[in-house]
Amino acid sequence: MNEYAQHEHHDFLNAAQQALADPPLQEALVRLTSTLMAGNRRGYAALADSDALRSHAKRIKEHALAHLDRYLEQLEAAVQKNGGHVHWASNSEEARQIILDIARKTNTRRIVKSKSMTSEEIHLNPALEAAGIEVTETDFGEFIIQLAGERPSHIVAPALHHTRESIARVLSKHSGETLPEEPQALAKAGRRLLREKFARADMGISGVNFAIAETGSIAIISNEGNARLTTTCPRIHVALMGIEKVLPRWIDLPVFLKLLARAASGQSLSVYTSIITGPRRPGEMDGPEEFHLVLLDNGRSRVLATPFRESLQCIRCGACLNACPVYRRIGGHAYGGVYSGPIGSILTPLYDSVADNPHLPHASSLCGACQAACPVKINIPQMLIGLRELQTHEKGKSRLEKWAYQLSATVLRRPWLYRLALRCARLVLRPLARNGWLRRLPGPGAAWTSARDFPAPAVRSFRERWPTLD
Amino acid sequence: MKVSLLVTCLGDALFPDVGVATVRLLRRLGVAVDFPEAQTCCGQPHFNSGYHDDARELARHTLRTFDNGQTVVVPSGSCAAMIKLEYPHLFHDDPVWRSRAEDMARRTHELSDFLVNVLGVEDVGARHEGKVTYHMACHLRGLGLLTEPERLLTRVKGLEYVKLERADECCGFGGSFAVRYPGISGAMVQDKASLIEKASVSAVVATDAGCLMNIAGCLRRRGSSVQALHLAQVLEKT
Repeated sequence: MNEYAQHEHHDFLNAAQQALADPPLQEALVRLTSTLMAGNRRGYAALADSDALRSHAKRIKEHALAHLDRYLEQLEAAVQKNGGHVHWASNSEEARQIILDIARKTNTRRIVKSKSMTSEEIHLNPALEAAGIEVTETDFGEFIIQLAGERPSHIVAPALHHTRESIARVLSKHSGETLPEEPQALAKAGRRLLREKFARADMGISGVNFAIAETGSIAIISNEGNARLTTTCPRIHVALMGIEKVLPRWIDLPVFLKLLARAASGQSLSVYTSIITGPRRPGEMDGPEEFHLVLLDNGRSRVLATPFRESLQCIRCGACLNACPVYRRIGGHAYGGVYSGPIGSILTPLYDSVADNPHLPHASSLCGACQAACPVKINIPQMLIGLRELQTHEKGKSRLEKWAYQLSATVLRRPWLYRLALRCARLVLRPLARNGWLRRLPGPGAAWTSARDFPAPAVRSFRERWPTLD
Repeated sequence: MKVSLLVTCLGDALFPDVGVATVRLLRRLGVAVDFPEAQTCCGQPHFNSGYHDDARELARHTLRTFDNGQTVVVPSGSCAAMIKLEYPHLFHDDPVWRSRAEDMARRTHELSDFLVNVLGVEDVGARHEGKVTYHMACHLRGLGLLTEPERLLTRVKGLEYVKLERADECCGFGGSFAVRYPGISGAMVQDKASLIEKASVSAVVATDAGCLMNIAGCLRRRGSSVQALHLAQVLEKT
């Protein structure tokens, strides 16, 4: 297992069970995902033709991915023309080293970061801290989980698993004062603590929501304004992006700006949309002296060449998490990887290992709510089934399960065997039933009856009734 | 008009009343129904679990069984979705079987789809006394059948239609999902049952045997008096 997954031997079943038995977490999950999901529906409904716009966005992504090499080189040339530096990282270790080198060359002691899932993916903070650099997350949610020593449990709402009480505890401990369990007071305290960090930082590290090949610009979406401070106050700005984030043209950007915030929360636009084209120019009042763009592959070009290419269209809005009835009950940490929810169940096996993540592709009822919420209509259920198919060829897969499916297919292909099997099932199960229902099933069926009754096979099947049906 | 009934394996074995109601309803609407007796299972459980070779075997069996060129009516959104959306995909690199799959995909209709979009009927002349709510099966979303069952139900005489909160949220069935993750699936169906009870209805209607066995099984376990019925069972009665 490589470092993509956070925990070795992540125990999905235990983590899920723990989450289900955690009432404050359950309450937080329902409250936040319901609000965000209602926003998603409202947001799409407010567009003249959200379906057409989403299809258009998907086509742009398909095109950009089909010509990724060309657009990345165009992006590189444009960024350099604007006075920026471009670095190519084939994996997370290279990306960390590139950023550490920039920090060393620029004599960086303090770093502020705006929210970046990609930096979570490469485990950047521990590497920077090990080099003696002070790193501060400036997205309020990220700040809280950094202080608490945790990982994000949601792509856009990283501290979703926290309550105002637990946030007050974390912030009070950090600041050495007793803060009230009141959202406004807590936000104010966070702001005070963070402003100081912005003022003293040498380097700001941001993610990238979209990069425009045509102009060499990057777009960063945020709600708190921390991304703008991160990218303008410090001397150095390092932006880290997965290579799939590139868009061909300037006019492609509004398509995604219209969709991203709507999909995530129902906002027509997020509060801050920063578009950055190179470092500070002569005569400008603010902006960094140096602008570095780090292009991260980390398995993406490998996935590009597989039937799972569609997963690279993801714009990290988190809508599939909010829509997912499984995520809404077990939360993000249960998934074990950097990315959670339905998209995480695809990304973690793809980028970590299919064999080491046996549960994730199955942790879905395939209800399709994720695809319905996705701004680029990623067919997540189809990819989950594709991963399940890959698993059946893995060595670790249960022989018994394989054999059971094979046997059932053999039976179901022969109507006479099917009828016989049906009769046997009826013979065994019918005597155990009360009013046609079973309270307990034997074998693997016990899992079913742990939560609900099971219908006993009917006294006469449909095919037995058909000949005399009036 | 003549159609072939694909009753589904769950319908055949566990809920034969649903098949019977479907046949009676269709006959009442002037549709002749036949039942190709070689039919067994469409292969969806195998497909969803990743056993695509086994799924292809069952798909071929189903395609042979329904090779009569007739319209196929399925009282199940998930089996209809398997045939309409997945069969062509399963045979994407097999020109002969792919064209047979595409042909059957075109001819196959989930029951509410057939009634509303093929027959063009919304008022089927049914009567059902009492307050009824409706759970939307996930595969109807996949098939784009977002309003059809509701349109049929609201035309039933005597029926007082109550909208279900979070009606389109999965009940937690998901085939093998319910057995692999009984904790998560159980939490989902318990929530569904609570919302159904909150609607204070005498019956909840669904369009799939999977949802029905899950929801009805949970309602029974909770000692609830709410009946879980298939859409065909409500539409059949006059």
